[in-house]
Amino acid sequence: MIALIIRRLFQSFVVMLAVALVAFSLFRYVGDPVSQMVGQETSIADRERLREELGLNDPIIVQFSRFVLNSLQGKFGISFRLGRPVKELIAERLPATLELSLVAALFSLAVGIPMGVYTGLYPHRYLSKFFQAISLIGISLPTFLIGILLILIFGVILGWLPTFGRGEVVKLGWWSTGLLTVSGWKAIIMPAFTLGMFQLTLIMRLVRSEMMEVLRADFIKFARARGLSNRAINFGHALKNTLVPVITITGLQLGSIIAFAIITETVFQWPGMGLLFLQSIQFADIPVMSTYLILIAFFFVLINMIVDILYHIVDPRLRAEGAVV
Amino acid sequence: MRGVEGLHGAIRRFFDSDLWYSFTRSKVTVLAALVTLAFILAAIFAPLIAPHDPFDPASLDLMDAFTPPAWYPEGTTEFLLGTDDQGRDLLSTILYGSRISLFVGFASMLFAMVVGVSLGLISGYIGGPIDAVLMRIADVQISFPAILIAMLVDGVARGILPTQRHEALAIWVMVFSIGISNWVHFARTVRGSTMVEKNKEYVQAARVIGRSRPTIMFQHILPNVMGPVLVIATIGLAVAILTEATLSYLGVGVPPTKPSLGTLIRIGQSFLFAGEWWIVIFPGAALATLVLAVNLLGDWLRDALNPKLR
Repeated sequence: MIALIIRRLFQSFVVMLAVALVAFSLFRYVGDPVSQMVGQETSIADRERLREELGLNDPIIVQFSRFVLNSLQGKFGISFRLGRPVKELIAERLPATLELSLVAALFSLAVGIPMGVYTGLYPHRYLSKFFQAISLIGISLPTFLIGILLILIFGVILGWLPTFGRGEVVKLGWWSTGLLTVSGWKAIIMPAFTLGMFQLTLIMRLVRSEMMEVLRADFIKFARARGLSNRAINFGHALKNTLVPVITITGLQLGSIIAFAIITETVFQWPGMGLLFLQSIQFADIPVMSTYLILIAFFFVLINMIVDILYHIVDPRLRAEGAVV
Repeated sequence: MRGVEGLHGAIRRFFDSDLWYSFTRSKVTVLAALVTLAFILAAIFAPLIAPHDPFDPASLDLMDAFTPPAWYPEGTTEFLLGTDDQGRDLLSTILYGSRISLFVGFASMLFAMVVGVSLGLISGYIGGPIDAVLMRIADVQISFPAILIAMLVDGVARGILPTQRHEALAIWVMVFSIGISNWVHFARTVRGSTMVEKNKEYVQAARVIGRSRPTIMFQHILPNVMGPVLVIATIGLAVAILTEATLSYLGVGVPPTKPSLGTLIRIGQSFLFAGEWWIVIFPGAALATLVLAVNLLGDWLRDALNPKLR
């Protein structure tokens, strides 16, 4: 177990180093940082001084180590576009993205699992076919189109829900939350639904196929032979055995929810990190891009590692092999 | 002569095959295939069938802007689905837009396939450190969503290329960035099947008679691992079309002068609040129909080629 954790930690470290190298190369080689920061009329001498101040004339290894050290301390440089420290920008927008992702993930779990269980138990009922059809649409309709349709129906035609922004937010220290106000909740409904829709169909399909697989297993037949109630079999035995892969996939998907938030945030003008990242791509604002890259990679690596370790704790079979691998 | 007979034989074999049988048995699949075919034909012949040329500024009249679809009292049959903010006929822009969407979709899927299949074959057949390195890269890449990678590649291209050059190359940048974000699925599948195939007798026989490594990989093993590749390619096409649409919607894709379906939706969204819903809904419906049809084809192909999965 400890060997596993150490190995995973080492792997994560290598991945993060690789990502840092990519981010650094972006930072250093894409475009000229100096000409991005100053106006047309700045003299060459001034540019040269700035270049020296920024340390752009040092050897590459020195620059890279400085980049890594600075990143570790949260010094990510200054946005070319907004002229403010990237750290501040991210800190301002991180709560919005995390709240949206979390609500979307919970929503997709709370709806996706029951739908999957139902379609797995009764694959031939009409409601199941309906759910299946919905899931196919959920996969085929692009996220942004779902968002636009929701805006059209609930925002423009019915006028029930706000079509952009977070509503009122409450400050809790540096964290700003929209989950404590009515307008905040109203504002999060459509974005969270849009963001969760794809994960929902994924979870539903996964639970469905796992349920169908498990229900054919011998131990379920044995449980039926023992005369257990359907309820105990379906939920106590079958569902419990499907949850391990579901937890894994959902855990891994949490990372992609944060990444897919870019699209949802654009549709609803949600003031989160994704919107910031998108704007930084359009303006080739490298410090923001590379910081976002590092941050997202960090989330992914962290989630992957936790899920992997959890997996070993939950599933004893892997533990037995883990000693060998 | 022999070539013609061979072709006839191949066609006959195709219509006698299980694949064709299962295709004709599924009405949904036939419909999906027809829809896909219609889209492809419409995209190819867009200049011939489109009622207007949306890229010809001379034919545009701002007085026509925001004309609603033909069944509205203010609509005209000249613009069946209405016009956008610049007076462009929506039906024509959708036809031309599908053209760009399909082109980027096919090209990037092919690119991903060529890269993925080659690397998968090399990785599976040669093994050793090459395999280890390639698969580690694949592991890392697959844990990030494809769209994020495509965006990053696109963002880097924007930083490297000067603005004018980027405008001209935008479509190829898209093809590259979407393709490079999707090669892993091909590589992993091909690697797996190659490792199974390489121990079979025909490969050993080919080795014994002194065939070179590339010949064995690409002439002997490749045809035997193509089945799953076809499935991934079909689903990959749907994914590529979606990715292109999403990137264009986000404004990091093809330039607005050559609008794809995603760009049209992006343009249309700003007029949603004013009640001009058709500018966004028709391109959206076209995109959703296309992707749904390709997805259904992919689902069918997967089931037909792999009865175990049913």
